[in-house]
Amino acid sequence: MSNDKKISLPLANPEASATPPATRAEGGDIQSEIAREVQDHSILLYMKGVPQQPMCGFSARAVAILASYGKPFHAVDILQDPEKRQGIKEFSNWPTIPQVYIGGEFLGGSDILMQMHENGELGEIIGEL
Amino acid sequence: MIEPDAIVQKIQTALPDARVDVQDLTGTMDHYRACVISEAFEGKRLIARHRMVYAALEDEMKGPIHALTLEVFTPQEWDNQP
Repeated sequence: MSNDKKISLPLANPEASATPPATRAEGGDIQSEIAREVQDHSILLYMKGVPQQPMCGFSARAVAILASYGKPFHAVDILQDPEKRQGIKEFSNWPTIPQVYIGGEFLGGSDILMQMHENGELGEIIGEL
Repeated sequence: MIEPDAIVQKIQTALPDARVDVQDLTGTMDHYRACVISEAFEGKRLIARHRMVYAALEDEMKGPIHALTLEVFTPQEWDNQP
């Protein structure tokens, strides 16, 4: 059984060239789907409800803060997806909703978002996107 | 539902030096604000500090506590607040 050795150049960041994590629809699992969303959206908010109609005060506050920067953000209503509601808590190891990711990095919940908004850190991070 | 002092106790078990103030935000014993002051937060970013408190309340966060707003300080930060 010949196994032809393909010579592949060492890539600077092998993961980067790997195929993006699969969504559940593509046969992946919930964790790979979340990883895909985190990768695909520079500002990502997992919330209860939708920006136009948040279903919880903390989610509403997160929407208002993010909206104040005038940059588009991707919101996911976890009330519509119980599997994802549980999955994001495992993915980020964070027990509450809302959850914010910026530039693929987990930021925290609405009180961290508020504190970073007030101390200017959030503006800096969003500015760098 | 959970008693405020049960929350204080759990946090102090994990952070023995912590001064902890817990407020029931809605009177329903499941929406809380907790202010925690501990040396253990020294040099740690906000999210790491929050994780420490959530770790101390891991079981409670799965049910009894519906929402928990956290304010976390080192003693120095607390003292020189405006």
